Amino acid sequence: MCVTCGCSSDDVRISGGAHAGEHEHVLPDGTVVRHAHHEHAHAHSHDHAHSGDHDHDHDHDHDHSHGHGHGHGHGHGEEPADRGRGIVELEAEILAKNDLTAAQNRGWLGVRGIVCVNLMSAPGAGKTTLLARLIREAGVPVSVIEGDQETENDARRIREAGAPAIQINTGKGCHLEANMIATGLRELAPKPGSLVVVENVGNLVCPALFDLGETARVVILSVTEGEDKPLKYPHMFRVADLVLLSKVDLLPHLAFDKAACIANVRKVAPRAQILELSATTGAGMTALVAWLTSLRTRLEADRTA
Amino acid sequence: MHELGITRSIVAIAAESAGGLRVKRVIVAIGELSGIDADAVRFCFDICAKGTVVESAKLEIERVPGRGRCAACELEAALTTPYGACAACNAPLRVIGGEELKVKAMEVDDVRDMRV
Repeated sequence: MCVTCGCSSDDVRISGGAHAGEHEHVLPDGTVVRHAHHEHAHAHSHDHAHSGDHDHDHDHDHDHSHGHGHGHGHGHGEEPADRGRGIVELEAEILAKNDLTAAQNRGWLGVRGIVCVNLMSAPGAGKTTLLARLIREAGVPVSVIEGDQETENDARRIREAGAPAIQINTGKGCHLEANMIATGLRELAPKPGSLVVVENVGNLVCPALFDLGETARVVILSVTEGEDKPLKYPHMFRVADLVLLSKVDLLPHLAFDKAACIANVRKVAPRAQILELSATTGAGMTALVAWLTSLRTRLEADRTA
Repeated sequence: MHELGITRSIVAIAAESAGGLRVKRVIVAIGELSGIDADAVRFCFDICAKGTVVESAKLEIERVPGRGRCAACELEAALTTPYGACAACNAPLRVIGGEELKVKAMEVDDVRDMRV
């Protein structure tokens, strides 16, 4: 039960930090309502500035202490009288439903010690080619959730490379959402301690917005794309934990300014790691596997903490 | 077009909180740095609301301007992109405003009869 408002749901999650007091109620039909209770203690300090030629100084500070008890209407039938106009304050996060499912996915993965990577890029950056190689070199069992608008081609390629894969066709959808991953994980049933890679829909815009419950987000930028991609699609690059600069075997044939590209990534995502990689020659694969192993170490540390 | 899904969620949140009452107005906050196009949400709203208690409700969108704070010197600045460097010390700015994506409030026919 919510201790502040007495909302009767048992599924209350209180998030700390900057949003302390903000919490979610899961209604019986699965609806997630998120709201905050604010206890405002306003200390008003009025400083009166006198214009004119006063030769005397007087300071008077009025310290009013107002205790505002804000009753928010959450549909519990206890509306204050001044809400007669029918205004209902909701303060509901639009993505709350997705974020709650993502948190559940994260918990499901965490207790099983499964590292889950959300792999995102523009179409054709080499996600599937990289995956086919990673399956052989990861050192742990790999399974894959493939997101594409249409066709089962990518899942077939992954299965041919020796890993279980399920394909999610989003139809008109441009990204994967947390509930799709929840379904995917149930079907895929990955082994404890394994690696799950979610190959998101090839798109540098929409997937950035949706938390899937992944352990980390990897964004691939191939050197056949422009150096300014991070600046053109900042929402995507800023959420990256790792940026893979891929197809670096092609660099001798291109006028790609690698230093400028890396500077652009740094500008948008100052904390992201950057690795150079070629799935064709295998350059950078060892570093990628080491990075994935570091995720596992951190996950294990969190489990035992 | 993730705005379609976002707009569906806006309508769902309002409809589910309305307890069967007709919703006359929905007030949402969309931050300038949220990655959501407010015009696209406006475009989708009537279609998504059709056939629900939110149908024919007025959608009001409050735009929240982007704001960042320097990780090093705490200086705050306006942001038009979800990243930026501090004008004083060139350290990266952390986004502190403009990512909002909320249904703030709604207006229903008569709140006193409302129950969920």
